[in-house]
Amino acid sequence: MAVTALALVRLRNLFAVVMLAGMFSLLAAVLYVVLDAVDVAFTEAAVGAGITTVLMLGTLALTTSEEKAAPRKILAPLLLVVATGAVLIYGTMDMPRYGDPNAPIHRHVAPYYLERTGPDTGLPNVVTAVLASYRGYDTLGEVAVIFTAAVGVLILIGRSRRPRKKRQPADKKKAAQ
Amino acid sequence: MIFKAVLRVVSKLLIPPIMLFALYVQFHGDFGPGGGFQAGVIFASAFILYALIFGIDNARKVAPAWATRTLLSLGLLLYASVGVAGILLGGNFLDYSVLAEDPVIGQHLGITLIEFGVGATVSGAMITIFFIFAHQDR
Repeated sequence: MAVTALALVRLRNLFAVVMLAGMFSLLAAVLYVVLDAVDVAFTEAAVGAGITTVLMLGTLALTTSEEKAAPRKILAPLLLVVATGAVLIYGTMDMPRYGDPNAPIHRHVAPYYLERTGPDTGLPNVVTAVLASYRGYDTLGEVAVIFTAAVGVLILIGRSRRPRKKRQPADKKKAAQ
Repeated sequence: MIFKAVLRVVSKLLIPPIMLFALYVQFHGDFGPGGGFQAGVIFASAFILYALIFGIDNARKVAPAWATRTLLSLGLLLYASVGVAGILLGGNFLDYSVLAEDPVIGQHLGITLIEFGVGATVSGAMITIFFIFAHQDR
């Protein structure tokens, strides 16, 4: 993943960048499988590696596939990135060890979900039960976001066969997670 | 790309299993990994594959604009109306336990319905966005 990320930054050909981004998503999906988060991995592989790549290629077809040369001032951005990275790594120092059963995240509502999913909903997949039932309101919001994204694309660039040839560059609508 | 024989044959072979797999992911999401989001994306990818191989115009004949847009809206509407149905039957918004006599069956029914709504909206959104993007460069 680190190699892919570095190559992503270095490359100027956006076609290769899109392909590498898809690869990065696929690697992330593999990572999620290793961490036993199969549902997330499934989403990442389908949305991140699949649909997003296709949509990005569609965007490239509308715009151009070569990145413009960036201004060559790298010192300040580099400092900023290093500082942010250092803060983030410092933040992970306080994180509980991976899989620690006493971590706060495992002691708040997670035990309730794990215990009650069977009797409440009769579903073996706790992820689906949390997503659709206990947290149904959040999921409704997410669906509304996807709906709004599609409607936004429709309104912005959806009217086909305009007399004017030049249209504004397509906005990169993020595929929903 | 319409003359590529290998691509046409292989995609014709692949598209039905892709759609079938999407439906499997949709309705088996309660028991295994998967659910409406993943299923919607997989379902949309079948249409996108068809559009890539056989051209946008042919794909538009299979999935006309009104159909994808209706699908897009109906999914969200279904989700929200399941929530409102919960209120009408005397529960809270998005409380599925009141949908059937037995709370567990009600939960099951509610989850299946809203997952279907999610799948419909996601696939509708993906197909719509892809078609719009693909239409632009002509």
